[in-house]
Amino acid sequence: MKEEITLMKGNEAIAHAAVRYGVDGYFGYPITPQSEVLETLEALMPWETTGMTVLQAESEVASINMVYGGAATGKAVMTSSSSPGISLMQEGMSYIAASELPALVVNVMRGGPGLGTIHPSQSDYFQATKGGGHGDYHYIVLAPATVQEMADFVGLGFDLAFKYRTPALLLADGVVGQMMEKVVLPPQRPRRTEKEIRKQCPWAASGDSRGRKPNIITSLELDSAQMEKNNERFQQTYHLIEQNEVRYQEYYTDDCEYLFVAFGSIARICLKAIEDARAAGLKIGLLRPITLWPFPYGRISELAEKMKGILVVELNAGQMIEDVRLAVEGRVPVKHYGRMGGIVPNPGEILEAFNSYILKK
Amino acid sequence: MKPEDIKRPENKVYSKPELLNDNPMHYCPGCSHGVVHKLVAEVIKEMGVENDTIAVAPVGCAVFAYKYIDVDWIEAAHGRAPAVATAAKRLNPERLVFTYQGDGDLAAIGTAETIHAANRGENIAIIFINNAIYGMTGGQMAPTTLEGQKTATTPYGRRIDLNGYPLKISDLLAQLEGTCYVTRQTVHTPASVRKAKAAIRKAFENSMAGKGTSIVEVVSTCNSGWKMSPEKANEWMVENMVPFYPLGDLKNE
Repeated sequence: MKEEITLMKGNEAIAHAAVRYGVDGYFGYPITPQSEVLETLEALMPWETTGMTVLQAESEVASINMVYGGAATGKAVMTSSSSPGISLMQEGMSYIAASELPALVVNVMRGGPGLGTIHPSQSDYFQATKGGGHGDYHYIVLAPATVQEMADFVGLGFDLAFKYRTPALLLADGVVGQMMEKVVLPPQRPRRTEKEIRKQCPWAASGDSRGRKPNIITSLELDSAQMEKNNERFQQTYHLIEQNEVRYQEYYTDDCEYLFVAFGSIARICLKAIEDARAAGLKIGLLRPITLWPFPYGRISELAEKMKGILVVELNAGQMIEDVRLAVEGRVPVKHYGRMGGIVPNPGEILEAFNSYILKK
Repeated sequence: MKPEDIKRPENKVYSKPELLNDNPMHYCPGCSHGVVHKLVAEVIKEMGVENDTIAVAPVGCAVFAYKYIDVDWIEAAHGRAPAVATAAKRLNPERLVFTYQGDGDLAAIGTAETIHAANRGENIAIIFINNAIYGMTGGQMAPTTLEGQKTATTPYGRRIDLNGYPLKISDLLAQLEGTCYVTRQTVHTPASVRKAKAAIRKAFENSMAGKGTSIVEVVSTCNSGWKMSPEKANEWMVENMVPFYPLGDLKNE
């Protein structure tokens, strides 16, 4: 398959991008608003073309443990779900991080807590960036704002996961999952051969142990001194990722006096609000973190130097704002505007919040 | 006659399986795990698949199985071994993939994964150690604990009105279209050990042949958890467990 320009939903783009990247396996369980990922993969029948395995599991718990099992053998495997399903996966996600396995998890967030709503939200920011499951670990968290990024971050997520031998999480929201946009799908890459996997993943429990000692994938270590060393190794990896992989995008920050910080779909609504404000003479800029972990603390800290105020806009009760405040260290006012329960504000509402919280009008 | 005269290759009738390494086992003396580990190691070697095997360890007493048998291992979360094995086998269909699980892992916390992997007919083998108790955590009630059996969490004996019935999960699995071989064995006598070994071999061959899911339940002893001598534990197992969990093939297609 060649590069292709088409129109589709973000969820569908993830499925197409997975096949075209040469993913070996997808394991998932239906949940709104991301079921199109599994549906599209089943319709594409990639087992007939690239040989990719697609399986509807009996639960999210099974899905994530299938991802663990597949990743343990060196294969490129992924799952997708939405908030309640991702909560069910947390134990397995912790195991995958602790076993230093590359894998991709997609969360198309819906409103919570509990069963909540099927409508879009960003209320899993804490869960995604601060660990979620038990133990000291991180996923590399990518936050797409467009259908194009939904497609692109599948490949980016796997590239980073294999580069650092640590899992990645694509943290989308229901808006990006459900909306249709133009997207450029990459050309088909072949799946890695057994030989290539063996070279890339000498640690894998692939079963083919010819010419090497048996490989064991486990997160268990009862010797505390060794377990501390294991943890130190994880932290070294995370430190390296923090140094090398911070990604963000800036808009109108050359001359801005005020800054919005927002990720995912709401960042695009902020951009429209900023353009409206600029027409009225208000110089607002936008920083959109693309990696939520590692978080762009450094750049936000730099920008804070010349800002009069910062508004963090999120589809939640105030989660990323904690990281923004850590970056700003109290130098300028940092306020939050958030909507919950599946409500997505319009640009006018965002500007009203800016006027009231930052300009105190 | 000197020892050297006896220690000759032609006189050798038995040796430790090649794949069973010299790491000191953590299993209690008298526990069935050691015997079943030996059988698994022997069968893999005899089938010549020691470089084509992905084994999946559980959480429970056998959590460290990967330390003793020299093949590739994946240590699964509690109860999730059949899901882990599902992906391992589907993505590596030419390998022997088997799980090694206890009763708590397979028949309590992992019931959903067990039933659904078997119902999909995943081409995996499941070695199921049923010793009617949670050994690793100190002898609590298992789904397979017998009525009246005393454990740390049923100190006055399992009561049906409080704890429900012991679960005959192999009988349940035998009903599923996806299973090709379900058998119940023991390893408490030389004869039973030989039968259990043949069953493990059949299950592994089924995995390689892609015939569906095979389950070898080994009705086992946990003399420490049961607070008995190994010898007494064998007797108790024969007198109490075998009548409730009858031995033999439940399904063989």
